Amino acid sequence: MQGGSPLIHARSLTKRFGDFVAVDGIDFEVHRGETFGFLGPNGAGKSSTMRMIGCVSPISAGTLRILGMDPVTDGPAIRSRLGVVPQEDTLDTELTVWDNLVIYGRYFGLTRAEIRERATELLAFARLEERARDRVDPLSGGMKRRLTIARALINRPELLLLDEPTTGLDPQARHLLWERLYRLKREGVTQVITTHYMDEAEQLCDRLVIMDRARIVAEGSPRQLIERHATRDVVELRFTTHDEQDAAAEALSATAGGAGAEVEPLPDRILLYTGDGDGTVAAVTGNGVQPSSVLVRRSTLEDVFLRLTGRTLEDE
Amino acid sequence: MTAPAGSSVEVPRHRGQALPGVDRRRALRIVERNALAYRRAWVVFLTGFAEPVLYLLSIGIGVGALVGEVVVGDRTTPYEVFVAPGLLAAAAMNGAVFDTTFNFFVKFKYARTYDAVLATPLRVGDVAAGEVIWALGRGAAYAGAFLVAMLAFGLVGSAWAVLALPAAVLIGYAFAGLGLAATTWMRSFVDFDYVMLAIIPMFLFSATFFPLDRYPGVLAGLVAVTPLYQGVALVRALVTGDAGPGLLVHVAYLVALGTAGLWVAVRRLRLLLQP
Ligand SMILES: Nc1ncnc2c1ncn2[C@@H]1O[C@H](COP(=O)(O)OP(=O)(O)OP(=O)(O)O)[C@@H](O)[C@H]1O
Ligand SMILES: [Mg+2]
Repeated sequence: MQGGSPLIHARSLTKRFGDFVAVDGIDFEVHRGETFGFLGPNGAGKSSTMRMIGCVSPISAGTLRILGMDPVTDGPAIRSRLGVVPQEDTLDTELTVWDNLVIYGRYFGLTRAEIRERATELLAFARLEERARDRVDPLSGGMKRRLTIARALINRPELLLLDEPTTGLDPQARHLLWERLYRLKREGVTQVITTHYMDEAEQLCDRLVIMDRARIVAEGSPRQLIERHATRDVVELRFTTHDEQDAAAEALSATAGGAGAEVEPLPDRILLYTGDGDGTVAAVTGNGVQPSSVLVRRSTLEDVFLRLTGRTLEDE
Repeated sequence: MTAPAGSSVEVPRHRGQALPGVDRRRALRIVERNALAYRRAWVVFLTGFAEPVLYLLSIGIGVGALVGEVVVGDRTTPYEVFVAPGLLAAAAMNGAVFDTTFNFFVKFKYARTYDAVLATPLRVGDVAAGEVIWALGRGAAYAGAFLVAMLAFGLVGSAWAVLALPAAVLIGYAFAGLGLAATTWMRSFVDFDYVMLAIIPMFLFSATFFPLDRYPGVLAGLVAVTPLYQGVALVRALVTGDAGPGLLVHVAYLVALGTAGLWVAVRRLRLLLQP
């Protein structure tokens, strides 16, 4: 699957806004046919990276090659083969739903006949057939999102850049999009996606990076990341009162969770990271800790994410 | 790495480049976009046609009846014949300024229309050129209609008047470049008062309504270097059949101004639209 040179190649890729460093010398490669994810807390630099890949934001330092070309000199040639869903919808509010698709196709130099055929299909995909003649403004947020996604496909892109594509979508629309993305993947379309939904990342991404404060802090497949940065199981203990929880946290920390587990007290519960959930539960309750509820579950990408990027909101 | 077969997207790099950073075909897509947007707002076109004609009726024919004749140099002309070319030039200015300041500002700052456009093969230069072409096309339509009106009122004295149409387009070009550049510095609609502050005196005093020799020497020199005066002088000479190689100075002035404005605008817009 990964034969040939990478579709996107970034070395020490940097984006500065004045003195502020939004992307701080990151390295990554995306191969043909792959679905690649960027995860990270708000302000980590995901969209800044996506905009550089989309050739709408000049890089400040480092190297970036897309489809083997340089965004500085080959911006139009690269963009003609990209499909871009930006984080904020950028629909043309002076045009109707239909005309939005038409003019976008024209920007790519498609003929009217080609556009008519594709727009009809895409409108059905976005489930907006009844709204074709309406202006864009009165559409609901999710409808606008769907139209933005449909529009990004009008030029049959080889590389699809999706910046939080499913934010604001209802579950049906979300699943429809996932289906479409799987289909595109089977057709060989390479995808780069950012999302705050860990289940989405786990479902869609072959490989992903986690960004935090302008840097990449981890890289791998969802499975690899969980293996590397989390234990197999997580035990969640809840207590009736705060005092009980505090006492339990102290007791557990002293004994390393009773069974070599790592203890993480949260405001509303205690997490134990362990290779053997049931064993840990037995050890803990044997130690005299009496939680009001106990949940044993497999680690998820969310655990990895929270552990690597910290649980506190550091919005800067 | 090359594109797979079947990806037939156009990649002209140097062919069809009118100005550096501008591809003619791509620029025309912006014209197409505006045509789609205006399909529903065709009423504004009526006002564009009507405005200069109304001026011609009230000031040219109406006031003209009171004023009688104007002496310019060694020539005496009826007032309406004198004022009509001025109105044509002023209309060309107003249209171009409106399109490239107010209309452009809305798309650029509020609707963020170009954010989506620039994710496609179009570049900032294509967008700027496209908006200028649109403004000129619209200006040409208005000027053409106005010339027909002038003809109907018997205010055209020479076959050279045919060239008043391209001259009006040239005036539009100068002000479109200027307007686009100025708009890149605007922060809010309040700043449009400055635009009016520049436009209204030019409209009133650029030898539009009375000849330049009414001014004392220094002031006349000052008026003569304003872009609208250059445009008025050009159009008036053509309509009255006063054509000569001297007119090329006006042409060069207007081309230079428009191109300089466009150049500044593209450079500024690159920074503003692609942070
Ligand atoms: N045009 C800009 N000018 C100045 N600073 C900017 C600009 N765009 C982004 N930034 C800053 O760069 C940092 C990274 O922003 P970015 O949009 O890339 O984050 P993100 O990872 O996409 O976050 P989110 O999950 O909230 O979308 C932020 O601190 C942001 O304020
Ligand atoms: Mg973002």
